[in-house]
Amino acid sequence: MEGITLDLLILQLFTGLALGAIYVLLALGMSLLFGMLTVVNFAHGAFYMLGAYAGIVLLGFGFNFWLCLLFVPLVVGSFGLLCERFLVRRLYGRGIDYPLLLTFGLSYMMVEVVRIVFGTQGMQFDTPDMLVGATDIGIGYFPTYRLFVIGVTFAVLGALWLFLERTPYGLIIRAGARDPQIVRILGIDVARVWLVVFGIGTGLAALAGLLAAPLQGASPEMGNSILAEAFVVTVVGGMGSLVGAVIAGLLVGVVVAMTSLLAPEMAQVSIFALMAVVLLIRPQGFFGRAGLMS
Amino acid sequence: MLNPGLIAFCKRHRVLLCIAFLVVFPLLMPFKAIAVNILIYGLFALGFNLMFGTLGLLSFGHAALFGAGAYACGIAMVHFGLPWWLGIIGGVVGGMAIAAIIGGLAIRTRGIYFAMVTLALSQCVYFAAYQATSLTGGENGLRGVELTRISAFGLSLNFVDPLTRYYVVAAFVALALFVLSRILASPFGAVLEAVRENEARARACGYDVRMTRFVAFVLSGAFCGLAGSLQALHLSIVPIETLYYQTSGLVVMMALLGGMGTFFGPFIGAGVFLLLENLVSLWTVHWQLFVGAAFVCCVLFFPRGIWGTLLMGRAR
Amino acid sequence: MGKSNKALLSRRTLLAASSVLAMPAVLRAQDSTIKIGFPVPLTGPYGTEAQDQVRCAQLAIAEFNEAGGLGGRKAELLVRDDKLDPGEAATRTLELIEKDQVNFIAGSLSASVQLAINNVAKQRGILFNSISQSDQITALPDWSTTTFHEAMTPHLTAGAVGRYAFSHFGKKVVFLRADYAYGNEMVDGFKAAGAGMGIEILADLRHPLGTTDYSTLLPRIQALKPDILVMANFGRDQQISIKQATDFGLKRTTKIVVPILLYTSRVAAGAQAFEGVVGGSSYYWGIESNTPSAKLLNDKYRKAYENRVPSDYGALGYAGVRSILMGVKAAGTTETAKVVAAMSGMKYDSYKGDQEFRACDHQSVQSVFIVESKSKDMANAFDVFNVLATDPANADNLRSCKDQGHV
Repeated sequence: MEGITLDLLILQLFTGLALGAIYVLLALGMSLLFGMLTVVNFAHGAFYMLGAYAGIVLLGFGFNFWLCLLFVPLVVGSFGLLCERFLVRRLYGRGIDYPLLLTFGLSYMMVEVVRIVFGTQGMQFDTPDMLVGATDIGIGYFPTYRLFVIGVTFAVLGALWLFLERTPYGLIIRAGARDPQIVRILGIDVARVWLVVFGIGTGLAALAGLLAAPLQGASPEMGNSILAEAFVVTVVGGMGSLVGAVIAGLLVGVVVAMTSLLAPEMAQVSIFALMAVVLLIRPQGFFGRAGLMS
Repeated sequence: MLNPGLIAFCKRHRVLLCIAFLVVFPLLMPFKAIAVNILIYGLFALGFNLMFGTLGLLSFGHAALFGAGAYACGIAMVHFGLPWWLGIIGGVVGGMAIAAIIGGLAIRTRGIYFAMVTLALSQCVYFAAYQATSLTGGENGLRGVELTRISAFGLSLNFVDPLTRYYVVAAFVALALFVLSRILASPFGAVLEAVRENEARARACGYDVRMTRFVAFVLSGAFCGLAGSLQALHLSIVPIETLYYQTSGLVVMMALLGGMGTFFGPFIGAGVFLLLENLVSLWTVHWQLFVGAAFVCCVLFFPRGIWGTLLMGRAR
Repeated sequence: MGKSNKALLSRRTLLAASSVLAMPAVLRAQDSTIKIGFPVPLTGPYGTEAQDQVRCAQLAIAEFNEAGGLGGRKAELLVRDDKLDPGEAATRTLELIEKDQVNFIAGSLSASVQLAINNVAKQRGILFNSISQSDQITALPDWSTTTFHEAMTPHLTAGAVGRYAFSHFGKKVVFLRADYAYGNEMVDGFKAAGAGMGIEILADLRHPLGTTDYSTLLPRIQALKPDILVMANFGRDQQISIKQATDFGLKRTTKIVVPILLYTSRVAAGAQAFEGVVGGSSYYWGIESNTPSAKLLNDKYRKAYENRVPSDYGALGYAGVRSILMGVKAAGTTETAKVVAAMSGMKYDSYKGDQEFRACDHQSVQSVFIVESKSKDMANAFDVFNVLATDPANADNLRSCKDQGHV
């Protein structure tokens, strides 16, 4: 164990948080879709990937990175709306298998279309000039962009919380998740609520992809591996629980970071081992409702 | 839709029809190796469906059972020099052993959590195999599962010959199909269905639900392990990808595509998936686009799966 | 290869297959076309490289046919998509051998895939010439007499790059390897080269294959202040890790060295990403100024494909098929045993100077180019590397036959 100091451990902790921030955004969207629509979205990774490519396209049109942060979720989220309206909507009430199969097929198509349009090799995505370099965080230098990712994630969390807890629309969404029947009886168009939720969920995935792009570039397959990790986070947090998604996301990020530092060959298995342990002790995850989907 | 007399004939002679189908099947396929693949994945999907279709438990970790069978068979032959039939027995036992471990831990959970626990445990198996390079070959996969001649019952068969290889595999698959259909028709099969339909009532009737699930998982491991060992013999290698979670995803998709509520559905699903992938990828490198579109169409227009929809049409 | 062309090809193979069914096996072996199976990962992350390999391989076929073939017998390339998956590759190889009745096989782009193809091919006595890197394929028990290896091996590549880097950039080294056969074999090669040069290994870190975040490892490397950071990874792993190392400011104090600097990667990622990175290469079109055979290949490629130039991995596709066809010509037949005998020990110069298939393990003894990524004074879009040095072809740089288990 050459060269491991306390400072390094703390730096690593920050690194884990930055990594976790991306997981949080993905898992939030996934948990929203699952908790409210009982859709296990297999195309979530593909929406994440679309976010990165949408960023490249918008930058090409002369947008700057800040505008991308706003418009990428909107553009990809709108595409998500279309998918819900014309494809997923037909499958509500048919159990979890059908949306799962549909979104699996959809992700195949999305990845292939991106390969056709942008090539198989992936593309470079430059870190915005303002965020290049490293910032002194007291114990050492930490890449500015990663701090920014953590910041954006918390801002999004705050906004989402305000939206769900403090707006009438948020109230309807929460009620729709609890008991769609009653909400429908009250004369509210539940289908429209679900449409919006699907848009938010996919938009969040796209935002995560855009934020990840300056770190690792964009490639058609970038959503494949992170899909499994996002599932893990969602499940560990408790499917359908937003608080759970946040806590589990950050936890998984830190666990991966620490195992990469201390036992790199275990880094990949650590997150699955964590999931197995959590679920065996607490089968519904941290904040999940027991017996859901059984 | 169909002539009732024909349907009655099919029903009466379905074993014969199955055998006839298995005999002519390789001649209809673009090449023999894919016919063998379809048989193997079909068996794998059937084993998986014992949990999913029959018991209503969605496992996302069946790659571990399939892979355990493949590796157990391969390792028995490569490292211990055992004959092929001991390899197959080893594969079945290996599949059951891993199923017992994963099942023992996962059976406490339900629904989507069951899927995730099985996924997590099977990924642990994958990483263990990845690290155990001296035994499994690690990322390079296990090579050298050599089987050129089979001598049994006074016959000497050339396993390298594609058609012979197909019929040997087909014999094992047919045997497994027969055993599986007997299990489902037995009282135990009825208990499985009872547990799926109404767990509380099954428990009230005095059945040990958890034990039933565990036994079904281990049985599923036996069929998947057999499929795995046949794959090791067929390809003469065991790729590490066999254990990866995408293999689990694949078998779920195959079962859903074919129709999980039916006996033969998963088999048909495996066949259609592999054939579609093969034919489309010969024609365009963008095969994923068309396979994806086929999935979307299947879900929207044939929600019971291909076989399920066909059976529905017949019943109408 | 155009779409119509491909459709034609598959139709032709279909026709050939159906006629084969009707014909007795003995007749078939003679005056039909010489078929070379070519499984490469057309789909997936290395699709670009694979497609260039197909383009180059077609050049070798055309060259053979234009020169009259083998007494009039023409050659034909049967391209299959192995999807970068060993199981798929094994199935496709079975298809090529059992249905298409190919005479030979060349191709593959990853270690595990080539070992899978080799395993299936050797069991059936079919000659396979691999065009991707592995230390295992030339060693027992994987190797067999019908196995040839056109590509460089990790031992050879890493050795050449290591000898250059350790003598030019310093002796304090950190290894960062992708935790799989390629990464491990490359690091072994670097260590073997550095053993006699007094290098000091500060750390030897691993990351899982397909890692997208290296931020957990980089601060630790930075703290060690090495002269050289060897990144023993490939493709996207390499692109991402170099990018993140640059972001962490590692390049200010440390030279980044990679075993293979891929031409297609560098073209796709741009100059900035790879600035100052040094690595090995099996081929670079720019060597045409002093290598006549490279000039010949480049000109053929330019003429056939809109004035572009072949990539390093693409050129291997050309060499892999060409070696087999040279063997066929020398043997005067397509009979495997005779072609093997002709190719074993064969000296040739296909595209990069003198090469030779070493008799004991059928490894192609060849030169390695040490290249540096260019970031200024680029003449055109293809001008991406400076060739710093050429490690000449020398069998002593390969793993010895004894080490690999050959007698």
